[in-house]
Amino acid sequence: MSEFALVYRAGDEKLSPEEMQVHLKHCLDWFKDLLDRGVIKDPGVPLGPTGSVVVGRQGTVHDGPFAESKDLISGFTLVEVKDLAEAIEIAKTCPVAHVGGSVEVRPVQACR
Amino acid sequence: MDLPEHFFRHETGRITATLSKIFGLQNVDLVEDATQDACSRALEVWSVRGLPENPSGWLMVAARNRAVDILRRERRNRTFSTEYGQLLNSEWTISSLVDELTDVSAIKDDQLRLMFSCCHPRLPEEAQVAIMLHYLGGLSIKEVAQAYLSGLPAVEKRIARGKKALAASGTLFDVSQRSDFEERLPNVYRALYLLFSHGYHGGSQDAPVQPLLCREAIRLVAILLDHPFGRTTEAYALASLMHLHAARLPSKMNSTGELTQLFDHDRSKWDREHIQSGMVLLASASSGQALTEFHIEALIAAVHASAVDVASTDWNTIVELYNALLLLNPSPVVALNRAIAISQAEGPERGLDEIAGIADAARLESYPFYWAAQAEMFALLQRSAEAKSSFEKAHAMARNPVERKLLEKRIDDIGDLDVG
Repeated sequence: MSEFALVYRAGDEKLSPEEMQVHLKHCLDWFKDLLDRGVIKDPGVPLGPTGSVVVGRQGTVHDGPFAESKDLISGFTLVEVKDLAEAIEIAKTCPVAHVGGSVEVRPVQACR
Repeated sequence: MDLPEHFFRHETGRITATLSKIFGLQNVDLVEDATQDACSRALEVWSVRGLPENPSGWLMVAARNRAVDILRRERRNRTFSTEYGQLLNSEWTISSLVDELTDVSAIKDDQLRLMFSCCHPRLPEEAQVAIMLHYLGGLSIKEVAQAYLSGLPAVEKRIARGKKALAASGTLFDVSQRSDFEERLPNVYRALYLLFSHGYHGGSQDAPVQPLLCREAIRLVAILLDHPFGRTTEAYALASLMHLHAARLPSKMNSTGELTQLFDHDRSKWDREHIQSGMVLLASASSGQALTEFHIEALIAAVHASAVDVASTDWNTIVELYNALLLLNPSPVVALNRAIAISQAEGPERGLDEIAGIADAARLESYPFYWAAQAEMFALLQRSAEAKSSFEKAHAMARNPVERKLLEKRIDDIGDLDVG
């Protein structure tokens, strides 16, 4: 078994409130299904869109939000699955990717 | 736990109203962004963490925080509503002020104030309804366009025009002054009535009925009735007619998706709860001297709602009510409905006489049910050739496939009559 991080970017597609409600339902169902299947290693945390970026030795501080909102990471989840292919299959079913967002699948680097 | 139906839509309306109070209507774009951001946040957080204990409260706090955020960042470049402008200019008062203004008890009034703001007399009625649906109803511009079967650019233009009028007013409409309230009230009635009847009669492609708009109108009229100045007999009558008509929505389309006329409704499907509410509201509407068009329309709907079928309907009372309605609103459509009632009460020959006597009937010639009504009367009199040709005229004027199908079925029925 290997661990992968699913990294979410919400995208900049604007959903209407009614579409949001449908989308939220899909997300909750999707997440619950993963929990039921026991593939969630760590549910992760949602990240807020504001904040700061610190750059360089001088510690230059830039205000968020960063660049464009579609590039913004909105959260991540750790899953434990057989291989990359399985992780990708899971990412494909993620509702975030169905409404203009994206899901990045990254292997968690082993330390030894 | 599940969210209530239309949760985000309704919350969007609430939040927009409250933030508009704080920022002023000239910043309604900004308000829209903050509201949208709060909802997006909710999506991201809730989908991972599950729903919070109090989703409405969560969302309002998120929107408030976003509002404060934007305020801090953009304060210098914006002018705010005169109502709170002074306080917003001090960094120190922002947080506590926003806390106070997003208090639950204050929010109810905000929606009413935004409703009144939307019904600006300088705006065409269609723009009033469009911004009401967009800002207060939480429909996207695309959804408004779909409901009205208008192109997106047309609706965008309508909403932009509405936005301009809102910006010019600056602060939300003040509902605490009775004289101002009463002056604007007829506009509000009219916009709510138009919203409801568009949902009920549709007349748009593929969607002859739009329950969403009817429900929205009912929700908004309830907000009006929540305010002491809003509890007029006319407002009660308006709410009553909405409920009594909404009761029929489940039977307006039959199980195969075909439009049915009142005469063919499966009345067992009528919504008893709506009828009950409509009757209670009608009683409140009848407590004064006023007899408005809304009263008469509600009374007519109440007579239908009280009858188990077409035959046992009190058509004489309905004719009386149409007589009264025609005095208040001498329109050819009202005259046509009166003629249909007379046909029921006194026979199809009398109905045809009445139709022939309608003043300004030329205005009805593009209305399919003008021809269909005559066709039905001819059919009852066994004058099948005339019935058939009238149905064909109706068919030519049909506005959507569902109406067309209904009329094709009637043309077939007449054909069978000939053979038989």
